Amino acid sequence: MRPVYLVSGGVSKFAKARPDVTFQAMVKEAYDYALQDIGLEFRKAAEIVDGTVASYFSDHFMRQLKAGSMVQDYLGLCPKPSKRVEGGGATGGLSFQAGWEPVAAGRYDLCVVYGWETMSHVNTWKGNEFIALASDVSFDYPVGGFYSGYYAMMVVRHMQEFGTTVEQMALVSVKNHNNAFHNPYAQKRMNIRIEDVRASEMVAWPLTMLDICVMSDGAAVVFLASEEGLNRLEKATGRRLHPAKVTGVGGGIDAMRMADRPHGGVILLPHEKAEDYKGLKYPGVHSFRAGRMASKTAYQMAGITNPMEELDFIELHDAYTSSEIQTYEDMGLCRYGEGGKFVEAGKPFMPNLDYGYRFPEQGKIPVNPSGGLIACGHPVGATGLMQAVFALWQLQGSIGKHFGNEQLQVKNARRGAIHSHAGTGTYVAVSILEKGF
Amino acid sequence: MGEKEAKRVKLPETDDGTILFNVPFPKDLKDLKGMAPIIIKQPYHIDYIHSYGQDSPFFAGLANGKLLGTRCAPCKYTYATPRLHCMYCGGECDWVELPREGNVHTFTVCHYGSEEFLKETPFVLILVEWPGVDTLFLARLMGVDPLKPSLQWVGMKVRARFKRLSKFKPTDVYFVPA
Repeated sequence: MRPVYLVSGGVSKFAKARPDVTFQAMVKEAYDYALQDIGLEFRKAAEIVDGTVASYFSDHFMRQLKAGSMVQDYLGLCPKPSKRVEGGGATGGLSFQAGWEPVAAGRYDLCVVYGWETMSHVNTWKGNEFIALASDVSFDYPVGGFYSGYYAMMVVRHMQEFGTTVEQMALVSVKNHNNAFHNPYAQKRMNIRIEDVRASEMVAWPLTMLDICVMSDGAAVVFLASEEGLNRLEKATGRRLHPAKVTGVGGGIDAMRMADRPHGGVILLPHEKAEDYKGLKYPGVHSFRAGRMASKTAYQMAGITNPMEELDFIELHDAYTSSEIQTYEDMGLCRYGEGGKFVEAGKPFMPNLDYGYRFPEQGKIPVNPSGGLIACGHPVGATGLMQAVFALWQLQGSIGKHFGNEQLQVKNARRGAIHSHAGTGTYVAVSILEKGF
Repeated sequence: MGEKEAKRVKLPETDDGTILFNVPFPKDLKDLKGMAPIIIKQPYHIDYIHSYGQDSPFFAGLANGKLLGTRCAPCKYTYATPRLHCMYCGGECDWVELPREGNVHTFTVCHYGSEEFLKETPFVLILVEWPGVDTLFLARLMGVDPLKPSLQWVGMKVRARFKRLSKFKPTDVYFVPA
């Protein structure tokens, strides 16, 4: 396999609705940003790009099949080859890896991955219905299909098993909303406290409106290149570029029906021992086995043996505050069951920001410095790519340039992880990015 | 075609769908870029012909007041939510009747939901567990106060009840505190 570099990226401002543009024009905003950031001319890009991947989730939201080809022509990339990748909430992360594959394999030297979702075309509750169709339509959906309800059942079991509290979950919301306050791309930029989260409207007990990400219209684009592709870009732009190197890709999947998940033994990471989990039935519905599998395989490829020591930041899929806590555990930042205490200690907060609370261990490993899905929004096909773009900017040290302020720049960031996750932990994709210049 | 004839050739005008009788339009085309978007309603309705296929006996069971799961013939793994082929050994499963009484493994109260279920909120969802059965079953729980949820509900003994008028949906069975 050849080394693959993430060279440039762009994100449209995520918003509740973008009726002012069609999806193609929205993707072009992100695409043009990625071009402009490296000084690549539109026609030149069309000439030197070898192929693309289109990342979008729901044909129902669009009421437009084969929408990928319509973006391809809008971006002037016809007749270059393209394909669409879909995997629920993990669509963006899977597409990122699907763009990595042909570059690593030697088929492409330069691959563009573009993603978007336009969720405003139906009302919120019809949107929830569409999303719930990503559960078994014979056995799950008809019972009262609602993803917030599914995740709520998962975290109730987490609370029962490990003593996780709603206040610990609320802290994730406090962190991510307060971080996003400094991120101009985010949909919800608010300074909030634990009480605000608990006082907001109950959606699916114990999850409130502020425990849950929002639907969004948005797009994101990344450029992936081999060394040859990087040279090609540097020649075309006359600039020395500052890429990130993709050093690990991992994936995992679990049974669609939560009811089918096994109650067996934990899949261990290198720094864990079987004795750590005596008597724990795993994954049950309290943990995401696919998240553990994806982390394990990505770490293995990147040579990471203790993620807490060897990662500088993580952008992870916090569709729910509860799933962020569960994901700390899957990714091995703490042991299974300790996710609530992990956030309570302040470890995943930014070290430099004042959240209005005193934490004993604030800023050990910033998680979702951008504000994550909860605050940025979750235009499904764009989300995982947005994470990649923000991670690239962290590794470049260019957050200040792109956000207009330095507050969310992780100091001396050399290695980060991005984590993309679909419905109740079915598809999960984890990729490791390192400073590549 | 003559000019007179050409005038007679028309796409028929109808009065269904969206009719806008007057649309503001600038004199100078340059001003069009400042125009607000036109947003219309596009209805979309489909009736699917959905077959339960090999899972059909489960629904026939509910219509007959029986809750059926499956058990893998070779490895004995037992599924509360039926599947006819085992996830672990690939073997074919047999139908088995599940006990009427089980326990709440986990639950939630939905105060919102998909559009289809909004009118039913707040409703309680549970995953039911049975001793000796390896997987769980998703169902509605009735007979508890949805406005007073508590972790104490986990472990609660619940009993299956069946709808008299079967709709051939998994909600033909629901649970109540035993």
